[in-house]
Amino acid sequence: MESMNSGADALALLPELFLLAGAVLALLAGSFTARERQWISRVIAVVALSASAVASGVAFAAVASAAGPVAESMSVYDGSYILDGGTAAGRLIVAVSALLVIALGVDELRGTARESETYVLILLASLGAVVLAGASDLLVLAVGFLLASIPLYALIGIGGTKAGAEAALKTYLLGALFGILLLLGVTVLYAVSGTTSYAGLRGALAAAAPAVVGVGLVGVLAGLMFKAGAVPGHFWVPDAAEGSGTAVAAFATTVPKIGGFLAAYRLLEMMPGTVRWPLLIALLSVLTMTLGNLAAYTQTNPRRLLGWSTVSQAGYLLMPVAVAGSIPIALPSLVVFLAGYAVTNLAAFAVIAAYPDRTELRAYEGLAAARPWHAVALVVALLSLVGTPPTAVFLGKLTVFTAAWDGGFWWLTLAAAVNTVISLFYYLRWLAPAFRAASPDSPGAGEFTPRRWAGRTAVAGAVLVLVVGVGAGLAWTALGGLPTG
Amino acid sequence: MLSLVILLPLAAAALILALPRAERAARLAFVLVTAVEVALTAVLWAGYRDPGAGGLAYEEQLRWIPNVGSSYHVGVDGLSLPLIVLTAVIFLACAIYDWNATDRPRPRAALFLFLEATSVGLFAAQDLILFFLFFDLSIVGMYFVIAGWGHGDRARSALKFFLYTFLGSLALLLGFIGLYLGAEPHTFDIPELLRADALRNNPAGVWVLGAIVVGLAVKTPTVPFHTWLPPAHTDAPATGSAVLAGVLLKMGTYGFVRIAMPLLPDAWRAWAPVLITVGVVSVLYGALVALAQSDLKRMIAYTSVNHMGYIVLALGAAGAAGESATAARETAMTGAVTQMVSHGLITGALFLLAGVLHSRAGTYSMGAFGGLAAPAPRFAAFFAVGAFASLGLPGFSGFIAEFQIFAGSIGTVPLTAIALPGILLTAALFLRALQRVFTGSTKGKSTGFQDLLPAEAWSVGGLLVLSVLIGLFPVPLLDVIAPASAALVGVAGG
Repeated sequence: MESMNSGADALALLPELFLLAGAVLALLAGSFTARERQWISRVIAVVALSASAVASGVAFAAVASAAGPVAESMSVYDGSYILDGGTAAGRLIVAVSALLVIALGVDELRGTARESETYVLILLASLGAVVLAGASDLLVLAVGFLLASIPLYALIGIGGTKAGAEAALKTYLLGALFGILLLLGVTVLYAVSGTTSYAGLRGALAAAAPAVVGVGLVGVLAGLMFKAGAVPGHFWVPDAAEGSGTAVAAFATTVPKIGGFLAAYRLLEMMPGTVRWPLLIALLSVLTMTLGNLAAYTQTNPRRLLGWSTVSQAGYLLMPVAVAGSIPIALPSLVVFLAGYAVTNLAAFAVIAAYPDRTELRAYEGLAAARPWHAVALVVALLSLVGTPPTAVFLGKLTVFTAAWDGGFWWLTLAAAVNTVISLFYYLRWLAPAFRAASPDSPGAGEFTPRRWAGRTAVAGAVLVLVVGVGAGLAWTALGGLPTG
Repeated sequence: MLSLVILLPLAAAALILALPRAERAARLAFVLVTAVEVALTAVLWAGYRDPGAGGLAYEEQLRWIPNVGSSYHVGVDGLSLPLIVLTAVIFLACAIYDWNATDRPRPRAALFLFLEATSVGLFAAQDLILFFLFFDLSIVGMYFVIAGWGHGDRARSALKFFLYTFLGSLALLLGFIGLYLGAEPHTFDIPELLRADALRNNPAGVWVLGAIVVGLAVKTPTVPFHTWLPPAHTDAPATGSAVLAGVLLKMGTYGFVRIAMPLLPDAWRAWAPVLITVGVVSVLYGALVALAQSDLKRMIAYTSVNHMGYIVLALGAAGAAGESATAARETAMTGAVTQMVSHGLITGALFLLAGVLHSRAGTYSMGAFGGLAAPAPRFAAFFAVGAFASLGLPGFSGFIAEFQIFAGSIGTVPLTAIALPGILLTAALFLRALQRVFTGSTKGKSTGFQDLLPAEAWSVGGLLVLSVLIGLFPVPLLDVIAPASAALVGVAGG
């Protein structure tokens, strides 16, 4: 692990710097322009995210062409921040997701009192997620956690509605609790190992008392499960999905997960075999997917349904984490699932954003007849969440199922398959009305006047879902984990 | 060439969807594209030379997901080529039958073309993930056909169909992952898995095959996984039923001969007693329940359970343990594949005819009709031909298939003879249905019944003529199937 000079280190962090600069500029611009000209902040945010995405894409391509040893060992700032295929992909997914969030939220946010601030907070929370994804030092991890969390609390409450305030408070209280647990865990791990660097942790912790290491690890993991929206840190997710604005809901159920899961993966990869963390993660995975599915079962509000569905998806996302470091395809499968999940979830939220007043599933009656393309987008998004090929989440599911089984957790794969069947039922509860003819007593009466940007984002998102589903296999080589043959 | 056969209907479906308000053009495009598909598959058939054991004709392979050893890999052999041609023929018949349909013909045509692409793709797939992709998409497509164009309690039937077959598909996926992990190097490629022969003598193979068998048995369907079939058929539109019975059910049995038997031969041997039992029970139970139906379409649906039971029975016998009786095994296997083709043609035709009943009278209840032969002689004649074909009368394809199935199966596992009464029961139930609906004095809904329209007559007639042609001149079909059957028995037999 060679340390580069700090100038080159900074250059390697270009995608992160773009996000930071964008946030600062958007804040300044928003402070000095009239409300009707806050689109300037939006332009700044979009440019910053696009630049970050391009820089990440270039870095990703570089890792891809280097393929192999370089991808494994590159890190900056004395090994505190890792720059492998996982980080490269994480940055790209975060940037593209935030862009989609802004696109689906344009109609909703345009001209509101807090438009600039929303973009600033989105940029900062995205930066936090990226830092989480790349952290390979406990202190950087803690910073990333705070950077990802604090803007999120503000975002959830920014709409000023009663439900939003309640969701923000709930998220804040849970975040504070789990944040403390994370810091406590970091302290314990540092106390027993004498280092915060992941590279040093493995060796140092192997010699430490397993019980103490376990306590520290559980603390850090609790914080990360809050970010990931998985059991036991999932309680805020459905409330945030229902109570906050649509764009914020889309953001809160997507981007923090990207940071949370990659951070958990990197940490666990470095844990010694003295602690039986794989079993813990596998149990959390089963709990998360089952709880999310059962809770989603009876929902009639599409946002809340999606909120619980994201909890169940977090369960599948934990499957590769449970075999972190022991199976070559674990990290690639996690990244592929994250990418697929992000575009899919955002496409589904874009449909909601196009018709924001429809608060029950029945209100979508007549969508296929009135707006066939939006109905097709909804089909693609929901079938992807189910895991039907050739959509994005199918590829994710296929690979995480394989990774978990390969790592010895065949029962986890079985549980995930059973859960997938259960999940089909509630996704169809949304899909079926959309393809029924509207009757006069349907809420909304079959009249569908979409918000334009949100509608376009839904269709674009659905296309992305298919592109990722069909094409991600070819981009995969950048993530390492080539098969043994 | 093969990819063209898969992609052409898909492209046509996308084009039809993208052109709003082109309802009449959609209908024409539907017929034209399915006709071109028949022509293309005829060219495939004409140019087909047996590629030898384990070989493939018209093979194509493209990189897709290299890191998990999955690729776009298609090709045909004697087991898949007849089914691809059958698919093209059934869809053409449906396109012609739907010529006069007025209910949203544009999305309907697009959906059926999409289904045709997935069906051809599935029979051509030589990669487990590709197979699974088409398998799942066929479920999605059929769900929308039933939910969108069905009648009666269609939402519920469609949901049941989707949930049930999706459950099967996940069992299948688990089995595929098991095969993948069992092979070294890991791969989803079917020919590579065949060469690796990974799970031989591995106790895990029995479990992996269990998952695959459950997945395919739901689709086939066999007892006890058949309960989704009658409501799905009853509430589906006529062409939906024809495609479901004619093509989609074959995906289950085709999966047995393409994946389960060759890749897990010794596990198949371990499972053979179960499969033979399931086959026998499906044959007898399907026929008995069909006998008890008063709804004509439900009755035909249950005869599907019976007919698919023969196939499972034959496959079980062909792969059973015991003294080698290679010739008998090959006969059973060839009979099973022939039965897939034969059942597709005959039951497809019968479901289309049942659809005529519903379109004229709004009901399938046999009690509502009587003496229908007088006002609708053509309908009566076609139905009688279809019924005789279905009950296995010599001169029709069903006879060729079932004769080989029983000759082969009894030769290998004599106990399979207890399924023979299934043939008698089928004969009884079809004769009873003919008598109730068509003979006697014209009464009930039969009065003023409009006879077959040209479109209906041409589509059903075409299917029945093919069945007769196979019944009278089976050799060209058997020449394609038999070498592949022999190769499969070479891998999986005794």
